[in-house]
Order: sequence, then structure tokens, then C-alpha cells
Amino acid sequence: MKPAVLSGVHFITGDVACAEGALAAGCRFFGAYPITPATEIAEHIAGRLPEVGGTFIQMEDEIAAIASILGASSAGVKSMTATSGPGFSLMMENIGLAACTEIPCVIVDVQRAGPSTGLPTQGAQGDMMQARWGSHGDYKIIALSPISPQEIFYQTILAFNLSETYRVPVLIMTDEIIGHLSERVVIPDESEIKLVSRPRAKGRKDRFLPFEPGPNGVAPMAIAGEGYNIHVTGLTHNEKGYPDMTVECQKQMMARLTGKIQNNLDDIIKTEGYMLDDAEIIIISYGVSARTCHTAVDEARSQGIKAGLFRLITVWPFPEDQICRLAERAKALITVEINLGQIHLEVERCVKDKVPTYLVGHVGGTIITPERVIETIKEAT
Amino acid sequence: MDEGSVITKKKEITITGFGGQGIVLAGIIVGKAAALGDNKQSTLIQSYGPEARGGYCSAEVIISENVIFYPYVRQPDILICMSQGGYDKFIDQLKDDGILLIDQDLVQAKGYSKEYYAIPSTRIAEEMGRKMIANIIMVGFFTAITGEISMDAAQNTVLESVPKGTEAMNIEAFTKGYDYGTALLKGRKKKALGKRGVQI
Repeated sequence: MKPAVLSGVHFITGDVACAEGALAAGCRFFGAYPITPATEIAEHIAGRLPEVGGTFIQMEDEIAAIASILGASSAGVKSMTATSGPGFSLMMENIGLAACTEIPCVIVDVQRAGPSTGLPTQGAQGDMMQARWGSHGDYKIIALSPISPQEIFYQTILAFNLSETYRVPVLIMTDEIIGHLSERVVIPDESEIKLVSRPRAKGRKDRFLPFEPGPNGVAPMAIAGEGYNIHVTGLTHNEKGYPDMTVECQKQMMARLTGKIQNNLDDIIKTEGYMLDDAEIIIISYGVSARTCHTAVDEARSQGIKAGLFRLITVWPFPEDQICRLAERAKALITVEINLGQIHLEVERCVKDKVPTYLVGHVGGTIITPERVIETIKEAT
Repeated sequence: MDEGSVITKKKEITITGFGGQGIVLAGIIVGKAAALGDNKQSTLIQSYGPEARGGYCSAEVIISENVIFYPYVRQPDILICMSQGGYDKFIDQLKDDGILLIDQDLVQAKGYSKEYYAIPSTRIAEEMGRKMIANIIMVGFFTAITGEISMDAAQNTVLESVPKGTEAMNIEAFTKGYDYGTALLKGRKKKALGKRGVQI
């Protein structure tokens, strides 16, 4: 057996850092179907998992890949899959199943330009709304967006911790650029990494209610095979887990599924401010696009423009309160993202015409240049 | 535009060639040597088409004293070309005072009027019996000519980055490139001094 946490300083890609973050988080099952630009996550973790007593399976397609991690997680193993746009589309049905049956799992989407096959080797951020609404019905998930290989390492650990805490699928919405970018990544000592495991079933095995919520709204989970009599279904189900096709039960179940996220926003949402204190022009961005914005803010400041950056580390649930507060004091808000305005719609919804909003978008295939952001900053000034 | 360019220097390097020449590995070695060996900041972006071999391929490395946010090369300070296609695609981006390095058997520096640095890296690799180590020869040549990464960092990184059992051959390749570069610089210096009629 080799160590799961490779403490030390490395020069690795975002994809490899993601795989190492998963191992450090305790992930011991990875089921996937290879797809550019997520293949390197599977490639790396396929070599590493057997070294730490874990299992890798290359499934026949992405539908099977996500099905395999739901099965493994139901058996008590922290599980992850990784894919890109076309594969992410195929996973949507089972993301809904995971949300409905509250099976913890982590799904990485290394975004490339779409729609359809699109530009397989070139980055984009076009799956952000799909991450939120891709499966049918009302449900809530958590989605994170890393700015660097270093951050994807920590975010993968965070994703597992959130997923285990709230029994919810957590999506890591990275992109080809971060996935294939090599940088210095410091992996800390194992003792410095805090891990969370799902609340577990206790008490009498014949009287256990698998969907009776605990204090934070999350039900303790019975592991398949440990003796609890449980029933798991994608049908609307009651606290026993049995199908109960009534409006009353649907109301109860939906209140639990959405409430466990909605009532814990302070614990879940993470954001970062750069030069925000006196900022008049505020840029909202996430993932690789935030790197462009850092450079643009520095340049604007050097020209005497009070610009700042509000970076979404958690994209879903959306930091509505924070954005509303920014709208109270900014002269303008600018959303920067590699799509035609997906998170921008959310920003507009929060701003409600209080201040002008601008979009610096891109159809995908490359990163947005700082010049384009600066141009818009000047236009908004 | 580039963070910290006023305070400290930042170097942008583009390495370009065919898929299969080890262009990305050359980029990894340069970036890793800078980040881990010389303790600077560095980023490496790799871009390539869908083909596994033969298609266009490039590695973009930025080395800086400060945090690098925008990881793409805008205007290379140093351009390394191991294919004619790569040269044709990137030569116009090279800074006016930039440094051009080429594999002289694979690239003709057409229309380039300034001084550049050429090495028969693929030919030397073939003479060593392993065509695939031309990239390591080029890394050695780059280290000698530009000094952007230290000799120690470069050599250690080559050792860490190549397959087990090929370390000695790769170090030999690196040294050949490095020595070729050092000799080229020495020769040019001598010639320059001679032209000016300076007594040594």
C-alpha cells in the first residue's frame, strides 16, 4: 500500500490534482468512461486507486459510470466520476436519482466548448446552468468552481465533505484550461486534512426510518448490506423509503431535499473578494475566467479605476444575498464567463435593475482576454 | 497588463512542434524546473488538436517572480520551434527583442532577419540512436542559451520526468544540448569581440 495523501510540492495539472484531492478525501471508488479533457483524471486515479486499496472501473458509457458510483456509495464507499460535456449530458438522469435518493457522490465536469461534440480539446464554461437544472424536476445540488490546480485539490476534498454532510451530489465544474494547466500544487500533511463522513444509521435495524431527517435536515444513512431493512427508490417516497404517490408526501420529500441545502447556505457557500472594499465597478466571475479578471482588476486599478472582483467558489447554491448586497453599493456589475451569459442571468435576477449590469461572455474554445474585461470596465465607469 | 511586470521580470515561452516530439514534456520540464527547482512561479498550458501524433502541438510556459493569473502566452519572449508549421504559426508573435531557438534541420527561419539560435537536435538524437530525445537536447540548449532555468533545476527535473532506466541517456542528451548552446554563445562572443577589434 502506498500513501493516499502525497504530501509535498508537485508540478501537476488540474486533472491530476483533482484525482489526488479525491484520494486525500477518502475516495476509494471511481467509475468513469474516458472523455477529453477529463480522461487524465481517470488515467491518474486508475493507477493510484489500487495502491491505496480502492477500485477503478472503466464502465461502458457515462450512464453506467454514474450508476456505478451510486452503487458504490450506497455500499458505503466514497465515490467519484469525472466527465466532460457530452458525458455530463448522459449523466443527468442519474444525477436526479442521486438527489432524490440522497446518495452522496462527487461528479467532475471538465467543461469543453459545446453544444454536442463541440471543441473536445478546448475549454468553456457552458455547462453551468445544466449543472443546476440538467435533470428533471425541482431539486438542489451543490456546484463548485476551482481557479487553479491547487484549488481543485482542496475543492475535491470539500466536495466530498459537503456531499457526505448533506447527502447530495456535489459537482465540480472545472474546465479544460484548469484541467490541463500545470502549476505548483502543495499537498499538505494528512493530519491537516479534515474529512467528513455521512451520518450513519443507528439503533434498531427493524425500526429504522431511512429518510427521517436529523437536526440539520439530513437523514442518517444505512449502508447496503449492514442489516437495516431499507427500500430505496426514485419514486416519491416517505420516511420509510416506500413509494407514496400523494401530493402530501411529495411536499414532505421536496421540503427535505431543498431544505437541507436552503437552510445551510452559510455553511455551504464560499466566495472570495479581491480589491472589493472601495470597488465601484464589481466583476463577478468564477473558475478560469476569474484569473483573467484578477489581471484586469490590477490593470484598471493602475489606471485609477476602482474595480474589484467577487469570485464564486460555490456557484450553486447561488450566493444571492451577497450579490444583492454588492448591487446596493456598486456603480455597475460585470459578469465574466466563457458562455453567452448563464451566471449573468442569475446576477441580473439578484440586481433587479438597481445598477447597470454587463456581460463579458465568450462562445468557448479559449479563455477571455483581460483587454475585453478592461474595455467593459471603462464602458461601465 | 502582465501582473508585476514593472517590479519583476516575467518570461513567456512558447515551445512548438508536432505531436509525438515530446513538446509537452519539454514544457513540463521547463515549468517544473522553474517552480520546484528555482522556486519561482510558473504555469504550463498545453494545446494540441485531436490527433495523437503528427498534428500541431504547443506548450506555453510562463515563469515569473509573482503569482501568474493569466496563464496564456501573449507575446513570447522566447520561441522554440521544432517544426516548420510551428515556426510559421508563431514567428509573428515573438517580441521584437525576443529569442528564437530552432531545430535547424526541421525549421527554416524564413524571413527572420535577426540573430537566432539553431541546433540540429533531432540529428544529434538520431546519432545517439533515439530520435525521441530531441526534446531533451532542446531543453539543454534552451537552458544554456537563455539561462531562464538553472542548470541544476533543469538536470534534476529531467531525471525526475523521464522513464526509469533512461535517466543516463537523457542526461547525456541534455548535456549535449547544453554544451552545444554554451559553445555557440562562446563562438558568437568571440566573433563579436573580433569584429569590434577588441584585444582579449
